Amino acid sequence: MNRMHGTVKFFAALREAVGRPEVEWDLAEGATVETLIAYLQGSVPGLASWAGRAWIAVNRRYAARDTRLQDGDEVALFPPVSGG
Amino acid sequence: MDDKLFEITAQPISVDEVSRRAISPAVGSVVTFAGVVRGTNQGRQVHSLEYEAYPEMAEPILAQIGEEIRARWPVEQVAIVHRVGLLQVGEVSVVIAIASAHRQGAFEAGSYAIGRIKQIAPVWKKEYLDGGEVWLEGPEANGH
Repeated sequence: MNRMHGTVKFFAALREAVGRPEVEWDLAEGATVETLIAYLQGSVPGLASWAGRAWIAVNRRYAARDTRLQDGDEVALFPPVSGG
Repeated sequence: MDDKLFEITAQPISVDEVSRRAISPAVGSVVTFAGVVRGTNQGRQVHSLEYEAYPEMAEPILAQIGEEIRARWPVEQVAIVHRVGLLQVGEVSVVIAIASAHRQGAFEAGSYAIGRIKQIAPVWKKEYLDGGEVWLEGPEANGH
């Protein structure tokens, strides 16, 4: 099965919890955002407390957990927004 | 001078400057909103606020909010600039300018804009307080 690669960015309190602004991901074809979050929990300490409630974007648009990832996708995980 | 209508910037921002971005000869009215760093929040003494954004996503989201407004109200142009970085009490964090031929609907459009920013723009703020620092999240992020 082909592999897909991309990046995942973290922001604000979630970025501080995981201790870095982004990581690379490498998953089998067919993976969803949910797959990615499960994969990250094994390799990114600090993500666990956010895994169930992070907001998600794929390629800079809001996305759902069942969104299918494509090779090269830029995923972002972040807390509920608080701008203004 | 930067003429972007929808921008995330680390530079200080002003109502006048953002208004100018939205004004054209078709415009006879500009309604503006400025969000300002308040020195208290829910009884806490706030020294400063640090704003962080996902700019590559936030700028298109601000533009989307502008499109939503133009679809609902007879508005000629919208400009929204949100600042990031460390801001002291009294500094301007966000400016919205609603430019239209006439004022009808413009006040309502401005109120809608700040509501939508708080709802969907990927921007976050951290309060610096006497006792430390705290990130604000969604519903508890009471603001302007």
